[in-house]
Amino acid sequence: MVCLFWLATGVAARAMELPSVAEVWEVVTLENYNTRLVVLSTALLGVASGLVGSFLLLRKRSLMGDALSHATLPGIGIAFAVGVSLGGSGKSLPLLLAGATVSGVIGVLVMLAIRNTTRLRDDVAMGLVLSVFFGIGVAILGMVQAMPQASAAGLESFIYGKTASMVKSDFFFIAGVAAASALIAVLLFKEFTLLCFDDDYAASQGWPSFGLDLLLLGLVTAVTVIGLQAVGLILVIAFLITPPTAARFWTERLPRMMGLSAVIGGLSGWLGASLSALLPRLPAGAVIVLVAASLFVFSMFFAPARGVLGRWLRHRRLRKKVHRQHLLRAAYELLEAHARGSGNGGRGTSIINEPFDRADLQAKRTWRPRELARIIRSEIAMGHIEEAGEGRLRLSEEGFGEAARITRNHRLWEVYLVKHADIAPSHVDRDADMVEHILEADLVRRLEDELRDRDAWIPSPHSIQ
Amino acid sequence: MSELLKSMSPAGDATGEDLSFHPDDVPLAIHDLTVAYHRKPVLWDIDLDIPEGKLVGIVGPNGAGKSTLIKACLDLVPKTSGEVGIYGKPYRDQRHLVGYVPQRESVDWDFPVSALDVVAMGTYRRLGWFRRVGKKEREAAMAALEQVGVGHLADRQISQLSGGQQQRVFLARALAQDAKIYFMDEPFAAVDAATEEAIVKLLRSLNEQGKTCLVVHHDLATVSRYFDWLVLLNMRVVAAGPTSELFTEENLEKTYGGQLNLLNDAAKALSHATR
Repeated sequence: MVCLFWLATGVAARAMELPSVAEVWEVVTLENYNTRLVVLSTALLGVASGLVGSFLLLRKRSLMGDALSHATLPGIGIAFAVGVSLGGSGKSLPLLLAGATVSGVIGVLVMLAIRNTTRLRDDVAMGLVLSVFFGIGVAILGMVQAMPQASAAGLESFIYGKTASMVKSDFFFIAGVAAASALIAVLLFKEFTLLCFDDDYAASQGWPSFGLDLLLLGLVTAVTVIGLQAVGLILVIAFLITPPTAARFWTERLPRMMGLSAVIGGLSGWLGASLSALLPRLPAGAVIVLVAASLFVFSMFFAPARGVLGRWLRHRRLRKKVHRQHLLRAAYELLEAHARGSGNGGRGTSIINEPFDRADLQAKRTWRPRELARIIRSEIAMGHIEEAGEGRLRLSEEGFGEAARITRNHRLWEVYLVKHADIAPSHVDRDADMVEHILEADLVRRLEDELRDRDAWIPSPHSIQ
Repeated sequence: MSELLKSMSPAGDATGEDLSFHPDDVPLAIHDLTVAYHRKPVLWDIDLDIPEGKLVGIVGPNGAGKSTLIKACLDLVPKTSGEVGIYGKPYRDQRHLVGYVPQRESVDWDFPVSALDVVAMGTYRRLGWFRRVGKKEREAAMAALEQVGVGHLADRQISQLSGGQQQRVFLARALAQDAKIYFMDEPFAAVDAATEEAIVKLLRSLNEQGKTCLVVHHDLATVSRYFDWLVLLNMRVVAAGPTSELFTEENLEKTYGGQLNLLNDAAKALSHATR
């Protein structure tokens, strides 16, 4: 949160200069050689982090990835100092990333040691490692900056990410590591799935749970480290977590989720790197992550499988159905009561479809008058209910059949609950109200078999008010 | 590389090690087993021989170490001391003979896989590294699902299953392993009547095929109906043997000792069972 705020103020403070049409064209068509390298390697990085991130997310280790990326900073500073003292400029990417890897891994080991030797919880261990290592890193960076060679090295780009600082040799290195990580994640799909779903079962089957965990962590480390330059260590975790989270909204199947996550990651990398080539004053990491976040927000709302909108629509449809069924059942019970009241009630009595009062319907349930009027209007529109004059209503031929069916389902369920679930009959109605709406035809048939009651007219187990 | 993978492979090469004191016709022999978490012992000096082809109930109060006993047999928790032999050999050589049904709450049911995917996990060990689930594995998984009566739910995402159906999926996964001895951790916990019935039927059919089942069980009222052999456990083995000899008030009192409510439950269960 603090990081985001920090970034936001940074973005606002820098005046945004809009690029010209020619510049946009140049970036979109990848005409410039350097832009091409940057965009391709960031997209590849996105694909790899989308795949590896899926397993990180399902293993519920997102925070561990965050701690890992923050713990890389001291290593970057130290590697730079070592490089300079060996007589180089210190600005060799493989050297800096090697340093980042070593200190990131040390961070994770410290975290595991804290968790396993003390009784502190996971989140405490991660928080400690994250802040302490980042603090050490900032301090080391401060000292290193005093060295004469440091001004040119642009070490801060590792914090926020700066795609423009990439050169050709960096590209092959980043692309190679990204491709290898993606390949391993795909090859070990089955093994990682089992580990993430049920690690104890995996271990009982002889899979090296601990070894697989280490390998997964290794992949996360690899993607994090090669992402440092483009995305920066503060935001690289978002690049790992956002694509799979967005993909999860679209599907309930892991292979599809991973494919989608790779696409979303790759797209964020591609668009983000292109945008940041056009807006060189903005930190590249922020641009890339904001693109990923937009895809996430879009997925969250509009994905039909698990998105907010789809859920809301389904919920609304169910509520409408519930209301409709309540209304028809209430009408049917009115007719039943009338048939009984007229003296020829009892088992097997045929119920006559005759008009009834709105007021009687209103008295059957705690309907708000306006709500009831709306349901009645919609049922009239569907042809289940007809106006019978003098403000009275009547079930249509179709509505009568529907009402009888619904009432029957409801009673079946009630009897089932009373017989099999040890619920006091007085408590049944409410439960039955909820479950009847998810009853399916085959379940109803099973209930019938079970109850051996094939009579169409099933008496309600409690008296109807 | 391939040598390394082979040595790590779940199919594994048998080490050929023999536990001399564990005869190889005994499905499960436990000798002097002690397990401790954080220096607090959970299981003390367990000695146990389970005869072949029995339906064995593991019964005891909360915290008695029932799940830990199973996990220690499957090398999922470190043994402080002692040996466990599966048909005369250590578990790591006998994985192919053992099916495991963990507690239902031990996994996240919102995981993006279908019921069939979960059951197919029972075939992963046979598949080995890298190889994908194929037609053969899917068919085996489907057969296992049908055996527990939820074949029609194969394509459902697992969060859309009821608790009882999830439990059956877990059982089906163990069935897909095609084992000789099954360890089940509370399969009857919080399931509906239909599932309870299906599980009992499954246990009986496994029993008829001569397989051995060890089942952690909570409900004293049904113990004597479901199991022909019992292990009464409370950190140590209070008693083990045929249900008809063991299921006495005295033994239950020893197992649940001092826990008044539970004693009442036990008494009620006894009267229920003998009725």
